[in-house]
Amino acid sequence: MTVLSAEYLSVAFGGVRAVNGVSFEVERGIVFSIIGPNGAGKTTLFNVISGLCVPDDGRVRLCGEDVTALAPERLARRGLSRTFQNLQIFSHLTALENVMVGRHRHEMTGIVADLLHLPAVRRQNRRTRAAAAEALARVGLEKVAKWPAGALPYGDLKRLEIARALVSEPTVLLLDEPAAGCNPVETGEIEDIIRGMVGCGVTVVLVEHDMRLVMNVSDRIHVLANGRTLAEGTAPEVRVNPAVIEAYLGVRALREATGAGG
Amino acid sequence: MLQHYRLISLIPLAAIILLLPLLFSSAYYYRVAALVFIFAIATLGLNLLMGFAGQVSLGHAGFMGIGAYAVTIGPTHFGIPPLFSFLLGAIFSALVAFVVGRPILRLKEHYLAVATLGFGVLLAIVFTNEASWTGGPDGMTVPGLTLLNWSVRSASSWYWISAVSFLLGAALALNLVDSPTGRALHAIHDSEIAARVLGVDVAQQKLIIFVVSAVYGSIAGSYFGLINGYITPDVSSFLRSIELVAMVVLGGMGSVIGSLVGAAVLVILPQALTLFHDYEHIVLGLIVMSVMVFLRRGIVPSLAAAFGGRRE
Repeated sequence: MTVLSAEYLSVAFGGVRAVNGVSFEVERGIVFSIIGPNGAGKTTLFNVISGLCVPDDGRVRLCGEDVTALAPERLARRGLSRTFQNLQIFSHLTALENVMVGRHRHEMTGIVADLLHLPAVRRQNRRTRAAAAEALARVGLEKVAKWPAGALPYGDLKRLEIARALVSEPTVLLLDEPAAGCNPVETGEIEDIIRGMVGCGVTVVLVEHDMRLVMNVSDRIHVLANGRTLAEGTAPEVRVNPAVIEAYLGVRALREATGAGG
Repeated sequence: MLQHYRLISLIPLAAIILLLPLLFSSAYYYRVAALVFIFAIATLGLNLLMGFAGQVSLGHAGFMGIGAYAVTIGPTHFGIPPLFSFLLGAIFSALVAFVVGRPILRLKEHYLAVATLGFGVLLAIVFTNEASWTGGPDGMTVPGLTLLNWSVRSASSWYWISAVSFLLGAALALNLVDSPTGRALHAIHDSEIAARVLGVDVAQQKLIIFVVSAVYGSIAGSYFGLINGYITPDVSSFLRSIELVAMVVLGGMGSVIGSLVGAAVLVILPQALTLFHDYEHIVLGLIVMSVMVFLRRGIVPSLAAAFGGRRE
């Protein structure tokens, strides 16, 4: 079943066509990666899908419903969340509180109940805290739950952002370069986290430059170049596609990704 | 459990409020202390907006003005009892905040600051020019407050009313910290974009807290009018708004107790510094500057960090 689809999406900034007639369909419960050289339009595409950027043309569908240009908070309530390439952490909150914000769409109390701290708020807080603690444990951050997020190292923050998105129980989660700036060990941990998410039924859309990670976890790969679709297929298909090799991968990167050495 | 722990921090404050009158040798002390709590209520309201949600308002004295004129115009022109006028003022402030907040809270930082400044100036002009209702620049007398058969006049009565009101306001603000709204506001403060993709309706949350902070301002304004017995458009002047912002920043952004400390410093210091005669304002300015240089996160958060590293 298709859970997310893009239909002929186009975005132009002035005279530059950042995304130009891109279409794809993402099946439920898979890892769908979008790769391409810098400036290929990956981040713009993510911004359109997550409602941060309005497309000039085309449609985005989530579970069959047209959600084009819907505000991010409304998309979030329909089950689409994302992380950011340049971290967007709530640095004044603790790691646990950061993740608790991720439960916002499931919290039902209003301002009056919150001000009075009614029993409903207390019960809800317990549920939120438990869910957040569990999500932190899933990404291996349970030991730093009480730390101010601003004091955590970079690799932890990457995982914190994933936990925060995960706890909102999204149908579709967009991960924008989750392994950027991570060492091989951290990248391996992120790979495990992604596999865990998919195991829980989350559909993952991944933008990533680390080809080893992409080739390892992706069920399907969509290749962009200059805002256009270059190819789409499974990892083995994309890996041997001549157009992809020429535009992006290069022979060396391919060897590294396949483990043949450089 | 965490919740009870939070409210426990108000017990020492309640004890201080109870014991402080032992040091008061005249009605003057009660009056100054009452003014501290009144301004602390307005400052706390503004701090919810500035310290929690990270949104500035340079026109918050406008809501004090609405509260003050509500308890004046209500009884004088319409024969509405003062207590009822007080409530109507708070409701009216909430409505004004709701209507005004919707368009201007879309703005960010400096643009929001200028828009709220415009709002405050606008209200001050209305209070000055609608002389048939407000007495114009000369102001008008505020009818006394009568609760049941108790005529509230003495400075000590106002001390107890304002202190208990501040305690209640502080309890509500502390409740907010550990709630969905409180977390959402802190999230908005740090990253609006991340808050939005997690389902936080940023515009709605900002509007809600703007309305709440307006009600705090209105209540403080009503008390201010009632304790003085006289009101002029100065209550919502630009300088008054700036003073509220200074109280928030001086005491500590996001700190509930800091709101009280900030208000205390800026209400008491000018009174205490009168012995410097002509140099009063210079000394006040130097003290405020020094505090900001040496305690740059505001008095309470800086001291809390220095002694014991507790996070406010």
